[in-house]
Amino acid sequence: MSSNIETINIIKEISGVNPLRCMKCGKCTASCMAYDEMDIKPHQFVSYIERGDLESLMLSESLYKCLGCFACVERCPRNVQPGKLIDAVRQTVIRQRGAEGMTTEEIRQLITQEVPQQLLVSAFRRNRR
Amino acid sequence: MKYSYFPGCTLKYKAKELDICARESAKALGCELEEIEEWQCCGGVYTMQKDELATKLASVRALMEAAQKGQALVTVCSACHHVLKRVNLMMREGGPECDRINNYMNNEIPYRGEAKVIHYLEFLRDEVGFDKIKEAVEKAQTARKAKDQEDPADGTAQKVKTEPVKDVKTAPYYGCLLLRPSAQMAFDDPENPSIMEDFIEAIGGKPVYYPYRNECCGAYTSIKNKDHALRLSWEIKDSAAGFGAEKIITACPLCMYNLKQEKEIEIPVIYFTRILADALGLEI
Repeated sequence: MSSNIETINIIKEISGVNPLRCMKCGKCTASCMAYDEMDIKPHQFVSYIERGDLESLMLSESLYKCLGCFACVERCPRNVQPGKLIDAVRQTVIRQRGAEGMTTEEIRQLITQEVPQQLLVSAFRRNRR
Repeated sequence: MKYSYFPGCTLKYKAKELDICARESAKALGCELEEIEEWQCCGGVYTMQKDELATKLASVRALMEAAQKGQALVTVCSACHHVLKRVNLMMREGGPECDRINNYMNNEIPYRGEAKVIHYLEFLRDEVGFDKIKEAVEKAQTARKAKDQEDPADGTAQKVKTEPVKDVKTAPYYGCLLLRPSAQMAFDDPENPSIMEDFIEAIGGKPVYYPYRNECCGAYTSIKNKDHALRLSWEIKDSAAGFGAEKIITACPLCMYNLKQEKEIEIPVIYFTRILADALGLEI
């Protein structure tokens, strides 16, 4: 548990997010284009961090469903900006366990003639170290 | 006038059209885009974590080169623009991260975000001016008409009819990276942008206003979660089509890919630099 608290503090630090500012309005999730794909929704990320449940977040599929479109970052009326939190947890997973989203081989197999470089580069950056 | 230019990885391969049309149009408007030497890929995604520094180094190198030349750095790709602009701001803010990067790079003169990063649309609006573009487009149209009249056997009627941009109902698709987060990007109103609409008007088209123009197309998730990206792209195209769009324009190769993968709604998606080059009468 103590290492959990430590990691949560690091996540707060590197993301710059203060979950205590959240007023639970749900605008982040309402704005999210991927919310229906997510097992844990953007507004829940804030509550999970607040109550110290990091494990659930680190195992969440949402880390790889977040589009990184900054809709929740832009529209959060309290400057909590859950997108930053999702991204920091994803980064923590990558740092602690290596990649879990997709393997290099998986990404490689999905390449077609039409896939732009930008897609590969961003997929690698989102899923791997 | 000369500008530094960062094309980015995709513009060199799958999005060559976006690149060539941007360069040639700039030339036609009296400006030169000088490609940065030995630029490296921006990484496609801005790493938001404060302590994530290695992933920002390639951008810092490009920014430094532009700053040394005293030129504004022009980007066309939405992702490159997003990453370069935010890395530059991070360096400008200073702080321990900026110092660590300068130390690591062994910079004799520390880089403090002196470069000015502008997107090609901002270049058109603020550096060239939409009024000047309008003039150039009208001149190109007159020249085209005169040429047709000189040689009526050349299918005049058809040529005038196929005026490529004029009065075409064009839906601008902004996507996310150009606009958000607006506090950093300072590109336009994040919820009600107008720069692309003004651009379309300047080149003689008819902008279409539709609600999904600044929502996400699915971005990188289309590699693994294709159905979801297709659904988002469908919503965007459906929204544009519902407001009568004949064409959708975009600045982003990934938006282009995702919107094109969606094949249910038949509406052409093209790069904004392509319609600019067409309006200027450039044969590319």
